[in-house]
Amino acid sequence: MISLTVNGHALQFDGDQDMPLLWYLRDIEGLTGTKFGCGAGLCGACTVHLDGAAVRACQTLLKDVAGHKITTIEGLSVEGTHPLQVAWQHANVPQCGYCQPGQIMQAAALLRETPHPSEAQIDEAMSGNICRCGTYTRIRSAIKEAAEQGASQ
Amino acid sequence: MIHERNITPGMANVSRRAALLGLGTAAFVLALRLPVQADESTGGADKKYAGAGMPNGIRNDPKLFLSLAPDGTVTFICIRSEMGQGVRTGLTMIVADELHADLARMKVQQADGDEPKWGNQDTDGSRTTRHHFTAVRQVGAAMRQMLEAAAAQKWGVPASEVETVNHEILHRPSNRKLGFGDIAAAAAALPVPPPDQLKLTDPAKFRYIGRDDQKIVDGFNIVTGRAGYGIDTKLDGLLYGVVLRAPVYGGTIKSYDATETLKVPGVVKVVVIDPTPIPSEFMPLAGVGVVATNTWAAIQGREKLKVEWNDGPNASYDSATYKTELEGLARKPGLVVRNQGDVDTAMPKAVKKVVAEYYIPHLAQAPMEPPAAAARIVDGKCEVWACVQSPQAARERVAKRLGLSNDDVKVNVTLLGGAFGRKSKPDYAVEAALLSKAVDGKPVKVTWTREDDLGHSYYHTVSVEHLEAGLDASGKTVAYLHRTVAPTIFSIFKPDQQHEAPFELGMGAVNVPWNVANLRVENPGVEAHTRIGWFRSVSNIPHSFAIQSFIAELAAAAGRDPKDYLIELIGPDRIIDPGEQADGWNHGEDPKLYPYDTGRLKRVIERVAKEAGWGRKPIQGRGLGIAGLRSFASYTAACVDVAVSKDGQISFPRVDIGIDCGPVVNPDRIRSQLEGAVIQGISLATLGEISFKNGRAVQTNFDGYEVTRIDAAPREIHVHIMDLGSKDYTRPLGGVGEPGVPPVAPALANAIFAATGKRIRNLPIRDQLAG
Repeated sequence: MISLTVNGHALQFDGDQDMPLLWYLRDIEGLTGTKFGCGAGLCGACTVHLDGAAVRACQTLLKDVAGHKITTIEGLSVEGTHPLQVAWQHANVPQCGYCQPGQIMQAAALLRETPHPSEAQIDEAMSGNICRCGTYTRIRSAIKEAAEQGASQ
Repeated sequence: MIHERNITPGMANVSRRAALLGLGTAAFVLALRLPVQADESTGGADKKYAGAGMPNGIRNDPKLFLSLAPDGTVTFICIRSEMGQGVRTGLTMIVADELHADLARMKVQQADGDEPKWGNQDTDGSRTTRHHFTAVRQVGAAMRQMLEAAAAQKWGVPASEVETVNHEILHRPSNRKLGFGDIAAAAAALPVPPPDQLKLTDPAKFRYIGRDDQKIVDGFNIVTGRAGYGIDTKLDGLLYGVVLRAPVYGGTIKSYDATETLKVPGVVKVVVIDPTPIPSEFMPLAGVGVVATNTWAAIQGREKLKVEWNDGPNASYDSATYKTELEGLARKPGLVVRNQGDVDTAMPKAVKKVVAEYYIPHLAQAPMEPPAAAARIVDGKCEVWACVQSPQAARERVAKRLGLSNDDVKVNVTLLGGAFGRKSKPDYAVEAALLSKAVDGKPVKVTWTREDDLGHSYYHTVSVEHLEAGLDASGKTVAYLHRTVAPTIFSIFKPDQQHEAPFELGMGAVNVPWNVANLRVENPGVEAHTRIGWFRSVSNIPHSFAIQSFIAELAAAAGRDPKDYLIELIGPDRIIDPGEQADGWNHGEDPKLYPYDTGRLKRVIERVAKEAGWGRKPIQGRGLGIAGLRSFASYTAACVDVAVSKDGQISFPRVDIGIDCGPVVNPDRIRSQLEGAVIQGISLATLGEISFKNGRAVQTNFDGYEVTRIDAAPREIHVHIMDLGSKDYTRPLGGVGEPGVPPVAPALANAIFAATGKRIRNLPIRDQLAG
């Protein structure tokens, strides 16, 4: 039995503790905003926050998050009003949208560490997140816009 | 628009099942199979074009697509899949403008797969907007006129005195008004006015169509994680499945042992999926499925399977050997698919001869959401939830494999997390149905891992393109020979298919606009050894890369500016019947409405050249390259500004891309499609390759099959939409989802040549510039 906190809710799980957090979130808790893209830490679609830092849920085992706080896209803001979520909609960033929760969670971690990132810092922080639709130039714009709005708060 | 916060898995884009639905029965397939000459012999009298030529046609019944709630909310049913191209947004804008509705009071509902009811649902071929623009306008206008007629009856006034403005029906003489909801029931009881009695809205009064700031319908749900894709399907009692598939196309199970699998906690059942004889079309590959209480348990169980395979006839497929085979074929005469003048006489007389060969490898679409589908069977009826581009194809395949009638299969269409052609082939929906059947109809969701996706794609073809040209003393091209050799998509449908299909040759191989007297295109035959399928822009990728690179090589041989040479080779402004280019397909469009207009092509090329600063002073280590062509009934051109470092690393300060797609519906989604096309074009040109060894795909995940990431994306992408702001909506619409891709790779290769003098003839580029 392990205990963890997801989006502010205390949860317990007595199944396979070697299960990656990704499948626990999606299949057990029904939090499908965290996406499966590669299962190997190569694409960033499953990015969540572990105690505030961006991690790949597909590479994070349940036993390693016991007692920790997880935030998923569903918990980034209550009403979808995080400055990044606002900026993403303002710039009409998504095409298919599938990778965007992971992109936003990665960007949120970036802005927490670096409230006003340079374009090079944006590229470096976001280069683990693949978008096959090719929304990269808009992702850069939206991150800059959110930074101006004070997304680090 | 109203956000559906309680989202059902909802919607996807690109081209594909194209027409191939119901192979062997659909007239469309037969039309595709007819040689150009036979088609012309009928005078084209019985040929249907555009949406009318698609299986089940296009509908325009407002009662089918619109419903009005008492509070005035208008629900529009979108029958095409949303995969990022923006179809849910664009079609709703169109209907809102004709209904004179307030877009903020509209909702979009995704249709299930039912073509006899909805009309054609194949979301492919960059066709949705161009085939639905008029029909959806008619839907909106008819409903508006019905609302006005109902209001007029209620008020006892002539309908001519009633008008609709921003979601209200007005009678100005008496200063009365009604909301849509107030009169919806009465309007619904009225007959639908026929098309010739519809009063379409003056485009000058459009409030949404053509506007550049329209937010996408699903934006809020996407950024909050609420958007529902196929892989996100939730059902009571849902079980989770993965499948271990035959690693070689056509392989079968020799033996298997699931003893250890069944010991994995959570594993419920192991299911054999019988092979589909090749060509296996959209049906599943042979495999062993593992059903479990969660995806992780299923994956763990699959790893413990012991399976011996019979690899079958494609066991020795090897990309390197195949490339040599293609090269050998490309150097010998093949089936002539276009011929004008006399190349054999003109070529030897040329002052200079240029010969070049290009290689474009297999690619995988690799949408970020891998294939996924859920199914359950209750009382002999199967219900499916899936991210499919072709829900009717899914329905028919599931019905066939389960031995049900189409009416006993319902396919719910979710959002598609990218598709790029992969999801026009619904083999994964059939797998879900088979797994459900094996557990007594309980709901099962099958998820493809990335390894499954890259190992069992319907791969983009692989080709060698051989080009020869003769130049006269002035450098002008006087003879042109192109041999294209590539396994065909038709090979997944019928045995012994060795030649490119008309729709493949018509993607830029035969239908070149060159103003050259002596021109021949040949297509030597070759056998396919894996599943070949549509990939965004399809055969335009190899044809355009080779041809547009070659034209720049000719310019270099002639000592001319490559843009000027390209423009001159296109020649004077003229309207060409595609039939004269041996293109009897013409993207399914009427050649009279959609001829090859060389003036439009030249204008878009000149536009991107000007915007990109063509002719600028040379910059050390930098180069501009250009390419332009017609595809999917649109004209596109790209100008790439590349920077090449001393150690051969390339980066992109800027890319300009232009499109002439005729009338513009949603400029923002045109921009986003072209921005994405630039990235996808750069990705396939610089990194993209699936290779085969012993019949198996070599690359297994995004470490081997690399794709462009944000740090390699251009610093700036500038999209130029021709005639933006024009209110002339009488012209035929062109496609948008795919035409941006083909010019990117050759423009990039031409830019590298300008920067370094090195000519890229083999894709991907990878480290060819190093050292």
